[in-house]
Amino acid sequence: MTTEVGSETEVKEKAEESADQPDQSEKATEETREVASAEGEEKGKEKEKEGKGISKFLPTWLKKQKSLSQTSPTKDTALKEEAISVEKQEEEGPAPEVNGLADEVPEKEAVKSEQLKEKEEKPHSKASTDTEPAKEEKVDESVEKSPEETKETTEGQGVEEEKKEQEGEVQGEGEGGGGGGEEGQTSIFQSPLRLVRKTKMKLVVCHVTLLDGTDFSCEVEKRAKGQFLFFKVCEHLNLLEKDYFGLTYKDNHEQTSWLDPMKEIKRQIRSNNWQFAFNVKFYPPDPSLLTEDITRYLLCLQLREDVASGRLPCSFVTHALLGSYTLQAEFGDYEPDQPRPVDFMSQLNFAPSQNKEMEEKILELHKSHRGMTPAQADAQFLENAKKLSMYGVDLHHAKDSEGVDIMLGVCANGLLVYKDRLRINRFAWPKILKISYKRNNFYIKIRPGETEQFESTVGFKLQNHRSAKRLWKVCVENHSFFRLNTPEPPTKPRFLTLGSKFRYSGRTQAQTRTASSLIDRPAPSFERTSSKRISRSLDGAPMISITEAGRDSAENGREHRLDDSKVKMVDVSPGDVEATSAQSPLRVHVDNIYVRHSNLMLEDHDKTQDEVLKHQASISQLKRSFMEAPPPSPPQTNQWEKRLTSSPATAVRVQQQQVVSEPHAEAAAAAAPAAADCTISDTKESAKTAEVEIEETVVIQEVSKATKPGLVTVTTGSPASAPTDQETREQEVTVQEEVAVPKDAKAAKQESVSSESESEEEAEYHPNVSVSLSHTQIPEEKEEEEEEEEEEEVEDKENEDETAEPNMLAPDVSSHQAETSHPAEDISGGVVESQKEDMKKNAENEKEGRETEDSTDDLMMTPEETPNGVALSEEAVTGLAAHVGEEPEPRMNGEPRPQVICCSEPPVVKTEMVTISDTFAAQKTEIATKEVPIVHTETKTITYEAAQLDGTGDGEPGVLMTAQTITSESLCTTTTTHITKTLKGGLSETRIEKRIVITGDCDIDHDKALAQAIKEAKEQHPDMSVTRVVVHKETELAEEEED
Amino acid sequence: MAALMAGFGLYTHAIVRGIPASLAKEALRTSEAEVDVDKARGEHDAYVEVLKTRLGLDVVELPADESFPDCVFVEDAAVVCGDTALITRPGAESRRGETEAMKRALKALNLNVVEMTDENATLDGGDVLFTGREFFVGLSSRTNQRGAEILADAFKDYAVSTVPVLASLHLKSFCSMGGPGLIVIGSSEPAQKALKIMQQMSDHCYDKLTVPDDIAANCIYMNLPNKGHVLLHCTAEEFPESFKVFEKLKDYTLIPVSNMEKVKVDGALTCCSILINKKGSI
Repeated sequence: MTTEVGSETEVKEKAEESADQPDQSEKATEETREVASAEGEEKGKEKEKEGKGISKFLPTWLKKQKSLSQTSPTKDTALKEEAISVEKQEEEGPAPEVNGLADEVPEKEAVKSEQLKEKEEKPHSKASTDTEPAKEEKVDESVEKSPEETKETTEGQGVEEEKKEQEGEVQGEGEGGGGGGEEGQTSIFQSPLRLVRKTKMKLVVCHVTLLDGTDFSCEVEKRAKGQFLFFKVCEHLNLLEKDYFGLTYKDNHEQTSWLDPMKEIKRQIRSNNWQFAFNVKFYPPDPSLLTEDITRYLLCLQLREDVASGRLPCSFVTHALLGSYTLQAEFGDYEPDQPRPVDFMSQLNFAPSQNKEMEEKILELHKSHRGMTPAQADAQFLENAKKLSMYGVDLHHAKDSEGVDIMLGVCANGLLVYKDRLRINRFAWPKILKISYKRNNFYIKIRPGETEQFESTVGFKLQNHRSAKRLWKVCVENHSFFRLNTPEPPTKPRFLTLGSKFRYSGRTQAQTRTASSLIDRPAPSFERTSSKRISRSLDGAPMISITEAGRDSAENGREHRLDDSKVKMVDVSPGDVEATSAQSPLRVHVDNIYVRHSNLMLEDHDKTQDEVLKHQASISQLKRSFMEAPPPSPPQTNQWEKRLTSSPATAVRVQQQQVVSEPHAEAAAAAAPAAADCTISDTKESAKTAEVEIEETVVIQEVSKATKPGLVTVTTGSPASAPTDQETREQEVTVQEEVAVPKDAKAAKQESVSSESESEEEAEYHPNVSVSLSHTQIPEEKEEEEEEEEEEEVEDKENEDETAEPNMLAPDVSSHQAETSHPAEDISGGVVESQKEDMKKNAENEKEGRETEDSTDDLMMTPEETPNGVALSEEAVTGLAAHVGEEPEPRMNGEPRPQVICCSEPPVVKTEMVTISDTFAAQKTEIATKEVPIVHTETKTITYEAAQLDGTGDGEPGVLMTAQTITSESLCTTTTTHITKTLKGGLSETRIEKRIVITGDCDIDHDKALAQAIKEAKEQHPDMSVTRVVVHKETELAEEEED
Repeated sequence: MAALMAGFGLYTHAIVRGIPASLAKEALRTSEAEVDVDKARGEHDAYVEVLKTRLGLDVVELPADESFPDCVFVEDAAVVCGDTALITRPGAESRRGETEAMKRALKALNLNVVEMTDENATLDGGDVLFTGREFFVGLSSRTNQRGAEILADAFKDYAVSTVPVLASLHLKSFCSMGGPGLIVIGSSEPAQKALKIMQQMSDHCYDKLTVPDDIAANCIYMNLPNKGHVLLHCTAEEFPESFKVFEKLKDYTLIPVSNMEKVKVDGALTCCSILINKKGSI
């Protein structure tokens, strides 16, 4: 252990400057977790070295921490560091705890205490503490210091568990490490280190265009998250009610996108163009409810721009009226003595089609506003602007099913469909059950109306995958912000978060209103600038509520850490590029291979949400116990499986997984020697295996992005790298999850194609960090939310794992990797690890019954863990076990809360039910469309339906309380479970909808598999009835492509 | 909702037009009923008298034009909202000429007149329901998508949603506004279906007042200073059941207006006037 640790530190150092020591790298991974805990002295030394080197570049505050850490080998130092970190946390990071981590925090503290007690562990604790408190800023440090920290942070709640796991991992690492120290591993390790150092070192100047047209520049660490920059801007603006705002950037395609606060900036902006704009993201439906005038003022500035640019269309009269209020606000009372010359007026930009007539009208109206204060004028401006029909509507170009150009407008109330200027349909949030996207398709699942019995899905085509994803994200965010007023802890309200890991990471409107009501400061003075956009800065008050910022950052902290870990992973893979290239061919092969045999859908109505939750909770307990259990190792994995099996729901799947897992492992092992071979084998396998479609999960988009990297290649090469691969795979998996196994491969290819545009993003990811899904994690203010997020993340990981498994077996893996976009990790990860992890993950997933969506987060988690994982990778097999253990931890953290609502939809092309939005609002047409890009398939669908049950559609629209999707995969079956809890007039109905996709060659007896699946389903849910069985059979007509 | 629609129903002016003799035989109609022009004129005079005398509006009376048998139904020739007036392009070719006189009258009132020049566009004012917060445009035999688009362009402040109208001549053949946020709707299946569509399409919640007879759902709501809520609706003689429904409205000044003859040529109450608010305009 110690040696390993030392090696890690060394590796880090080396990696920073050069990735020469592969062995060390492996060790380092182990070190990160294990070493930190066990051997702090060596690390401390190493850290000191590193710190010295790095400290030169680091800000003073960073230096302090480092110095502590450096000196820290001793308990005292550790204590000091911890104390410091704690203080920091308190100061800066109270928010994180407040947000959702309160539970975690205590745990962390406890952990810290424990750590302190434990000399060896101390270093880790220190690091962890630092990272935790550390927000964005600190994140860098944490990253540098260790993946351990990240792990801790991510795991938060499960810190203790994590420690245990780490230990276990260490052991496992030790086992695998002996044989595992290979080049691939080293490279991986080194790269993370490098990344860390680099990030620490590099500062980038961000230029933010503010709403008054001025430019705000600030330095940001290159790896800072979007949130960090956003808070800086808000601080500059003296803005407290910042939840309505956001930062935008232009992607490579000149498309404006919102900067994800939870993601690293660098990963989002494509180019090296650190140019942003501060904008209103959520237009408050009633601006008069805003607490501060400065907030209203900023909203006014945004709206003036919207109006002047034509984005917010309004009539001549309204233009004039709004303009007159603008004049009043900016210039005060109309001065009869000094009538504003027309030429002056013409310099002010009020409307896209501004003319003399309008200017005269504006002046005329301006006269009538005499005596109105600027704040009053702004308020009047907003009162008129908010009535405009397009106020707060975010328009997206799309086509309906018939290829007719339409516009989709996302707003506070729901989704609006426009054709030209006409509103042709509207889907209020309560009417929408699910939002998803798949490639360039955007889908919404509509609650059945009074006269309809079944849910319908409406599909729209967007320009490309990016547009679809962008729209999807906007929908998720708007729904979360406006609709989820009171996030209930038990029922996590984000039903919209399907598939992708992405979630709204901020406060909801209700929350921000509550927070705003607590604002207690004298109204900040600020200067209103002219509509001419004369450059002026609004530096009003210096005082920004640090607390809030700190909170947020703290919240983010975990994510950051995760990201960091991911990043490290990415860095690690030097051979990623190679891998990617190799993968791409693999993907190609895979594409044509899929054969879908049958879909089995079982719907269970009677199970209550509570039961489900309990089940999940029990699962989480299992995980914990598992985690706590001594060193993870292959055998442990078995234990896992056994336990899983014990759980009714999971059992079947688990078993299958187990079986599968072994093969996977074998395959992986085989593959490990030669990456190329592995990939090929995988592809072949994939061809053989039928694809498992994961139903409706639309979420695909993210997947595609991730995929880009040439994941597969690297991994195969080195077994040692495998662990990392697993992690990467996990990440990938998240993406892939959507894809589903063999199909995934195709999908991946397709996606890769479609995503190529996106691929750029991926490219970005490669360099810095794993592309990963980390975004998904939501640093919400509420602890609960955070937990949920974590959980979700965990689940995602699991899902990913699951997907990975299939991949391992077949081309899927490659596809997954590709999708994942965490090329390096994937590559290194190697098949074996990923498989194992997948197995484990799958089991977990099944057990937990959580949905794949979360996987992203999980992935994040994994990366953090990765360092450990890396060590494991050396161990290879053992490493797998360790990984599993790690994964569980995140879940543990995330945990008990079952609410994760994720829909993972495999990117794979499957038959899709596509509903086309009808021109006429009322009419919704459902059109079943098969989109199989490459493969021609024959499809047969047979539906057995129990007479009594009314299946999906209940006449009355209820209120969706919870929805979750759980996906598990085994060798030839993929099970997706949708759990929907609906509240209808006081009665709550829980519907569990399972979709089991059996994929396989002709060799598989589908009927038998189906019977088995039904049997299992009945066994799992004895109190439920099977209402419908749909057999959907697809046979590929096209021949498979061979490598 | 009500607060947002303050000022809804406030009118100062009305434009009406006389009934040409040609109405009896040449006016477009969906039924074969015989129209007594004298009776129709009597009804129309009473209608105008209510607007002018009882409600105190400034009524602009355009002379009838024998070449336009349907010219009394001025609503179809223009849509006025705020101080913007959209001159329509009626779906019935025989009525296109009716807009000339209307355009002159509206310009004389200093309204911002917008013309619908697109030859692919048709729009009858009878298909336009303005709720105070948004427009619903019925897509009917007289009104097409393009016409609705042009209307949306003319009134950019408001959402314009389209509603298919299949079973009747106009959207307002079975509905109208009965107050701020109150839609009076007929009870027929097509009417109810259309209402559902409107409710789905709207960000606002509307109350509904269902009356047994579709055509009785066409009434005229005003909110006038010193008079409060005013509703011109069908007579008990014409639609006794629907009349009872209106009778139940409280705090309303209810004014039954006979429309026995004009309805034979698909003329409803709202068809015979264009209501304008000049005071409220900016």
